[in-house]
Amino acid sequence: MIKVVYLARLRDALGTSSEQIPAAQTVADLLIILRNRGGVWAEELAEGKAFKVAVNHALANPATALKSGDEVALLPPVTGG
Amino acid sequence: MPVRIQTADFDISAEIAALRKTNPKIGAVASFVGVVRDMNEGDAVAGMFLEHYPGMTEHALQNIITDAHARWDFFDSLIIHRVGQLAPLDQIVFVAVTSAHRGEAFDACHFIMDFLKTNAPFWKRESTPTGERWLDARVTDDAAAARWKQ
Repeated sequence: MIKVVYLARLRDALGTSSEQIPAAQTVADLLIILRNRGGVWAEELAEGKAFKVAVNHALANPATALKSGDEVALLPPVTGG
Repeated sequence: MPVRIQTADFDISAEIAALRKTNPKIGAVASFVGVVRDMNEGDAVAGMFLEHYPGMTEHALQNIITDAHARWDFFDSLIIHRVGQLAPLDQIVFVAVTSAHRGEAFDACHFIMDFLKTNAPFWKRESTPTGERWLDARVTDDAAAARWKQ
């Protein structure tokens, strides 16, 4: 299982803070699974939308491989400081 | 190179004193304090909630400090970032750097703050007269960080 965490504006837009996804080979595969839900998922996670993905607390890219036990986070553009 | 995420306020004077008290080779301390304004994008701001991603935040801030050490010769640094509910006038963030001479301290402090703005997972949600809203990232923040790559 892969834990997927949604933060800040994305959590509010998607209506969930975290969930378990059975399996995905890469970050790109995971995003396809989520977009295929349609509706707000397809809209918020569409190609070109400004969000980043972290795997186990480090920034990742679409090709980053995933394995069971990983924590993947979807991060809207940051606004701290 | 301590990094602290906390809900509590901080005492700038005490933090700087603690950062430099054991090292007589320090000749310069540069610091930055970010505070909550009561106005943003033309709207009154009654307060804001600061969220972060525990675990990644500390990692991201340590990486920024490591990058700063690779570029400038300075002794030590401190980052404190508050989270939770804040009001106008409240302190949000503190960055301090100690070095032998002012140039390194100024530059490293500026660099750390610019990359904190673009690379550390913090998010602000403002309370305005029309309701709560998540802030959008500023293009000017990306430009500020990109400047250091030239």
